[in-house]
Amino acid sequence: MNIIITISITAFIVLYAGLFKANKALLPLTVVGLLTALGFTFCAWNGNAVHFGMMQTDNFALAFSGVCIIGTLLIFLLTQNYFHAKSDNIAEYYTLILFALAGMIMMVSYKNMAMLFVGLEIMSVSLYILAGIRKKDFASNEASLKYFLMGAFSTGFLLFGITLIYGATGSFDLDKIQAYLVDHNTSVSPIFYPGVILMMIGLCFKIGAAPFHFWTPDVYEGSPSLITTFMSTVVKTAGFAAFLRLFAGSFAPLHDFWVAPLMVIVCLTLFIGNVTALFQKNFKRMLAYSSISHAGYLLFSLIVLTKNSGNNVLVYAAAYTFASIIAFAVLILVKQKTGSDSFESFNGLGKKNPLVALSLTIAMLSLAGIPLTAGFIGKYLMFLNVMTQYKTLLVAFAILNALVGFYYYFKVIVAVWFKDGAETELSTPVQYKVVLLVSVVITLILGIYPAIILNLI
Amino acid sequence: MEQLLLLIFLPLVGAIITAFTGKSAKIVSTVFSVVSLVLALVIACNFIPNANTQFEVNLPWIAELGINFHAGIDGISMLVVLLTNLLVPIIILSSYKHDYKNPAAFYGLILFMQCGLLLVFTALDAFLFYIGWEAALIPIYFICAIWGGKDRIRINMKFFVYTIAGSLFMLMGIIYLYLQNPAHNFDIQAFYALNLDSAQQGWIFWAFFIAFAIKMPIFPFHTWQPDTYTAAPAQGTMLLSGIMLKMGIYGVIRWLLPIVPAGVHDWGQLAIILSIIGIVYASLIAFTQKDAKRLVAYSSIAHVGLIAAGIFAFNQQGMQGAMVQMLSHGINVVGLFFVLDIIFSRLKTNKIEELGGIAKVAPQLAIVFLIIVLGTVALPGTNGFIGEFLLLMGVYKYGIWAAAIAGLTIIFGAVYMLRMYQNVMLGETNSLTITFTDIKGTEKLVLYTICALIIVLGVYPKPILHLTEASVQHLLEQVNQKLNTVN
Repeated sequence: MNIIITISITAFIVLYAGLFKANKALLPLTVVGLLTALGFTFCAWNGNAVHFGMMQTDNFALAFSGVCIIGTLLIFLLTQNYFHAKSDNIAEYYTLILFALAGMIMMVSYKNMAMLFVGLEIMSVSLYILAGIRKKDFASNEASLKYFLMGAFSTGFLLFGITLIYGATGSFDLDKIQAYLVDHNTSVSPIFYPGVILMMIGLCFKIGAAPFHFWTPDVYEGSPSLITTFMSTVVKTAGFAAFLRLFAGSFAPLHDFWVAPLMVIVCLTLFIGNVTALFQKNFKRMLAYSSISHAGYLLFSLIVLTKNSGNNVLVYAAAYTFASIIAFAVLILVKQKTGSDSFESFNGLGKKNPLVALSLTIAMLSLAGIPLTAGFIGKYLMFLNVMTQYKTLLVAFAILNALVGFYYYFKVIVAVWFKDGAETELSTPVQYKVVLLVSVVITLILGIYPAIILNLI
Repeated sequence: MEQLLLLIFLPLVGAIITAFTGKSAKIVSTVFSVVSLVLALVIACNFIPNANTQFEVNLPWIAELGINFHAGIDGISMLVVLLTNLLVPIIILSSYKHDYKNPAAFYGLILFMQCGLLLVFTALDAFLFYIGWEAALIPIYFICAIWGGKDRIRINMKFFVYTIAGSLFMLMGIIYLYLQNPAHNFDIQAFYALNLDSAQQGWIFWAFFIAFAIKMPIFPFHTWQPDTYTAAPAQGTMLLSGIMLKMGIYGVIRWLLPIVPAGVHDWGQLAIILSIIGIVYASLIAFTQKDAKRLVAYSSIAHVGLIAAGIFAFNQQGMQGAMVQMLSHGINVVGLFFVLDIIFSRLKTNKIEELGGIAKVAPQLAIVFLIIVLGTVALPGTNGFIGEFLLLMGVYKYGIWAAAIAGLTIIFGAVYMLRMYQNVMLGETNSLTITFTDIKGTEKLVLYTICALIIVLGVYPKPILHLTEASVQHLLEQVNQKLNTVN
């Protein structure tokens, strides 16, 4: 509870600070607020408190909250001069991101479907505005509208699903729903099944899993890069946590029913994400499509439910978040310099900015899943999870997809190190250096000694 | 046990230090590689050549997943560890004439790769083995792609995707074995002790075999190799052919045979057939090569084919031959590529028809090159002879026809290598080769060392045979015993 309250209060304070034109104070205030929230996260560890029967701050929720808060914190550090160049009213950006974060905290810790819905909407509405925040930019407007329409659509599915499940069980409470399934394991109400499928569709929209992914590339490309960073990392992590809480928790007794459609979704997501990412000429769109493929790997944890499923997602999401933050941070720097986010604009980066280039390389290796980076451990856990039931064909399929992934991630490495380009000297602000360094260190530590995060939940 | 940790991680420390040294990277990396060599020799002196694993280290690493830092050295490991630590300083020294841009990164990557290789060759934990396997791949990818020649990016991508495809399937096999293991760890002894039925063994055989076959490479998994060898910088080619190729052979001996003997029993024949096809095929293609570097690349496929056939023939002679030949091939092929590198760096060509008469202007080079060539074609008294003789004996025991066809490698090899030697070194000088200057300085040092090794090992191979004998015997007994229980 403290976490949400802290974040919300920070959001209001930042809004008022903006009203009084205290633009210099915005970032420090936000950072202090988020660090406090992070402190509360640590304090509440192992507490397992239930608030008003609506929210449950167990270790699962806290761990994902931690990843979301740290990710947001790093993204805020990247805002230096980013919003200033675009608008005068930058306090709104800060506030909206903070509100979205508050929504996410609800999404990872809900105990009641109503809270899932409220959290999801708080997050989504903030994001609709953030996506279109460059109001004179056509692409940004398009992104916003597309995101809003698709989001509203998926909310409809989700809500209808919730309704059907309520109709079947008479409750929004996750535990009660699970208890219903356990008690009526042979006579589950027929309206429960479409409810599960509709909720799955709704949540798949949110996490950008195929075939409900159509909005992602355009929205990611049209939104300001920093917002894209936020959407593809932190938002996605929260979405997965919400997905997992419901399906690996309440709906687990019905696993045999929903695993078949999920398998189809996983295979489609992997295939479409990877193959389309392969043909991208634009770095940002490549990241967008590759983020679809990562959703596919993440869903692996739901195919075989074990007590480690939650933790596996946490490791993968953390690995993916930090690597993506590096990638987007470098993208923002390069785009500020060259005005383009195609692969060519990365040519020759290694010569002039070896440290930036090295960070980007480590990020790409992690996304591709090369050993000694966090990404490998994440993928390893996912493969291990599926292999426990010897679904070797699925793993073989995932391996073939991973190979495609290697190809396009290495395109970036090739551009950075092996191609001659304009040899642009990037100005790297201190905060960017901090973000890159922190993310690289986390990526490597998780890759070399993952024991620290493996049994967190 | 500290000795082994030092042995493995000294190159890594060296790599990190080298990465920050700038211009003096050459010297710093040489120092580290030589110290590593000395350390390896010290370990070899303290090594008791029996079947036991020595200098064992077993530390918990990722305990939650049953992963330990478990490494140790037996006779088989000792040989490849020695090879690695011997060749790395040689390869670094051989680069002294080159002025690679960004030397700190170049030498740092070589040392980083050495650490990965040593992990592969000492790992007794499958996960650790896999980590080392990949840790050796990443640096060589960068070495080849940054400092390589024409069309290097496309060629390297092919190489990388090929090898990583193999390793991912191996990873799948490893995970499967891990799940089968009731103790839920990656310990090699636990894997040995597994009782898998022949269907399981069959597909695990393929999961591992493809990874190893791509690395060696065995026909038809070899298509990445000639291009990559040609496009890589000279030192990269030496690393690939001299050491990295041995990862595949070592993997077969250490992991494939003992873990899935029934799989080897069922599919080993196919592996031998593929190897023998590779021998003939690569030899025939080597005949037609116009570029000396490509010729050596194809000859390498032929030699490795024989080694693979010897291993899958699965008897003491074949196995021992493979051991000696791993060492000999590593030394010889590095020598060959170094001579070609010397020629290339002076004349900017490796086209056989453009060369000729170098022996007249560079007699010392001609002599050392001759010794290396003779070692490669397995003249008695050179190191190549011992290995190929044992290997052929092993294959002969397996089947006379197999030996007859595999024996072609020696005849073919002699023909194309000597013809290459003749066209490059002998005859009249032409306008290009007249300017050739003889070897000096580090070139001499490296080539003389290689020649000395070729002759010493050829005349007195006993220490090497003795080093591996007990371990090989133990391995064969272990596997045969297991095979009997399966059938």
